[in-house]
Amino acid sequence: MQQDSSAGPAKVPAPVGEAEHVSKTFGETRALIDVSLNVNPGESHGLVGRNGAGKSTLVSLLTGLSRPDRGSIRLEGQPAPGLADRGAWLARVACVYQRSMVVPPLTVAENVFLNRPTAGNSSLVNWSSMRARARELMLEWGFDVDVDQEAGRLTVEQRQVVEIARALSIGARFLILDEPTAALEKAAVERLFERVRRLRDGGVGVLYISHHLEEIYEICDRVSVLRDGAMVLSGAVRDIPQASLVAAMVGSAPPRRATEIEAVEKKGELGERRLVVDHLSVLSRAGSVADVSLSVRAGECVGLVGLDGSGSATVADAIVGLLKPHSGRVTINGAAARPGKVDAALQRGVGYVPQDRHARGFVPQLGVAENLTLTVLDRLARSLGIVSFKDRDALAAKQASNLQIVAHSLDQPVSSLSGGNQQKVVVGRALAPDPSVLVVVNPTVGVDVASKEALLDTLAKARDQGVAILLVSDDFEDLRVCTRLMVIVRGRVAAEFDQPPWDRQRLIAAVEGLDVAV
Amino acid sequence: MSLSSRAVLNFFRELTLVPVIVVLMIAGAVVNPVFFTTSNLINVAEGGAALGMVVVAESLILLTGKFDISLQGTFGLAPLLGAWLIAPKASMGLGTHVSPWLGLLIVLLVGLVVGTINGILVVKANFNAFIFTLAMSILLTGLQLGWLGGQTIYNLPDVFIYVGSQSWFGIPVSVWVTVVTFALAALFLRYHRAGRAMYAIGGNLEAARAAGIQVDRIRIGVFMVASVLAAVAGLMQAGRVTAVTAGQGSNLIFGVFAAAVIGGVSLDGGRGRMVGALTGVILLSLVTNILTLSSISSTWIDAVDGAIILIALGLAKLIGTERA
Repeated sequence: MQQDSSAGPAKVPAPVGEAEHVSKTFGETRALIDVSLNVNPGESHGLVGRNGAGKSTLVSLLTGLSRPDRGSIRLEGQPAPGLADRGAWLARVACVYQRSMVVPPLTVAENVFLNRPTAGNSSLVNWSSMRARARELMLEWGFDVDVDQEAGRLTVEQRQVVEIARALSIGARFLILDEPTAALEKAAVERLFERVRRLRDGGVGVLYISHHLEEIYEICDRVSVLRDGAMVLSGAVRDIPQASLVAAMVGSAPPRRATEIEAVEKKGELGERRLVVDHLSVLSRAGSVADVSLSVRAGECVGLVGLDGSGSATVADAIVGLLKPHSGRVTINGAAARPGKVDAALQRGVGYVPQDRHARGFVPQLGVAENLTLTVLDRLARSLGIVSFKDRDALAAKQASNLQIVAHSLDQPVSSLSGGNQQKVVVGRALAPDPSVLVVVNPTVGVDVASKEALLDTLAKARDQGVAILLVSDDFEDLRVCTRLMVIVRGRVAAEFDQPPWDRQRLIAAVEGLDVAV
Repeated sequence: MSLSSRAVLNFFRELTLVPVIVVLMIAGAVVNPVFFTTSNLINVAEGGAALGMVVVAESLILLTGKFDISLQGTFGLAPLLGAWLIAPKASMGLGTHVSPWLGLLIVLLVGLVVGTINGILVVKANFNAFIFTLAMSILLTGLQLGWLGGQTIYNLPDVFIYVGSQSWFGIPVSVWVTVVTFALAALFLRYHRAGRAMYAIGGNLEAARAAGIQVDRIRIGVFMVASVLAAVAGLMQAGRVTAVTAGQGSNLIFGVFAAAVIGGVSLDGGRGRMVGALTGVILLSLVTNILTLSSISSTWIDAVDGAIILIALGLAKLIGTERA
């Protein structure tokens, strides 16, 4: 590749990281379309976009995990090294991912100097010099972590610090932070911001990816917005009002999508309070929640809306007993639920559609009928616990036709069904015991349009028959079956909507943690 | 909290078994006065030497997050092939009259070949380590049995049995070799980049890969080294009994895993040290010796052996290697 001379006047340092008209296609999906972005030294550059907008793809191009189909990547003004030359990439760019990349059994100092010489050219490890250099580094950047500690004992925040320190010590001056605040509490977020500012002042270029727009305003100089693989907005943060940022992320209403989410007409009367959650606090890696209170009446469908990691799914897990609450109470049909006891919750009349259907939803090698009736084996069993296959198949056939499950036969293994039909089986299984309360988490993820319709219709029907439904979802389409919405941001209830139809803009603003100002 | 107290704590965590060993030695003295004689203690050490070599080998593999059941097969087959090449026809050998040094070379070579096959197929071709090395173990043991038709190779040249039968300064050569191997392995793991990389690989494979560590190369290398160590251990055993039997190595691997695990080497990878593994070996060797010296009927020895391993395991869990 040729030497680039268009970097501008000699005074201006080259961007630490630069994507020039990059495009990337995965199969049918155009993940990135002619995207250009640059991060200058001493700059903090925000990158926002909804899930699937192409952020992760751009990061993988910028960190050398994949190669653009078209366009080029430049680091510190130089053409990017080959994909195989990991060392060269590591020395120029580092990404702190949401999932931790520290080695738990090793000490902090070792993690910082992982796979790097510590004793000149020798391949021996000089422990004292390694410790000293790690300590020096922590001091230089103002990080407060004991370098002799085992990394496995660090908090999430401290692990992040270790990863940042590692990147800086290699010499990388381009740092990508991928949703760094997702698992942090408020005070830790403040400290992170302080660190980012310090890095910026030290000449490091930071690409800051976040779902939380207020963070962008807090610490970013420029911001770029990706939508459906294209860069739709880029500029100085102070010139872009929040409303424009949200508008850029959401896009102008495409033909088939109204700005308002149409709500299904509600029939039937509200009944008694079936599910009551009282000042619930739960600690969880997947997103802790604090002081969440809500109640769901019979015939009501409450939507719990939040970003990944906001804690919305944690609430559901705590209700069904998968997680033990730190404090607070869950009351199901008037009786206090026993924390941590899933079977007890289900026995009390809770139906549960888990978030990860592959891990918790069904038994892949068993047939449709068997999966559908797993929750009602006790009812199907006659004396001595012997299950009647005739009764079972009859019940399963009824469920399958209600849910429009497409399968060769009721014996077909669920693993060979399409995603949509698998999910119908999971929902059918939850509904089989005629639950009075239904807790549903992301029921339509990875499901085709027709199945989505069928699933949502099923939920609406259950609601109209008097089931109390708590629907946890980050897919706004799902929310049309809801009669009331609660928005969770960072583990707390941030907003409530109780009059459908829902306004898309306001909802997104609330979910992203912005003040709901129209 | 402070550095020093944590370092001290870490150090003692590796020595969890020391009190157990002390108790065992007292028990040994009570059971039979012969226990505390020099000759018996040397006997214990010699008995533990071959086991110790294989424990070093298995611990190295465990640290990188894999394991190898077929080390016991290598332990038997490698010395067998070496011995078969150089032993006279009359004592079940080939009767080639080639240099006994060639026999030794064959022993190491068999270890290297088996280790390479295991390493490449488990690491590169991604075979499940359990089932693959189990099958390999059955194959090697079967070859060993078939080759000899259940007979024993004896009348081995001095060079071949030197490690297993001679002594330096009153202590068997095999014990020296094993102790040095432990020490070298410990130093390597602590002070060599590849040694630290092994912990990184076992601790978080993705992080190790992302840091540019040549994950596959190191893991395959470890399989190779481990099998060579197992072959040397087999040589020690052959030298000690001055013969290679068709059953050499059978059931050895259970003791190996037991010693490594009660010594604090994690089956999940990334955690454990040679000091700990050594205490595991000492403990198991003492148990075997004391049971032999005691009046317990030999048919009960296995049961008692198992019970003691379980107790040691519980103790190790209680005092320490697991996080709260």
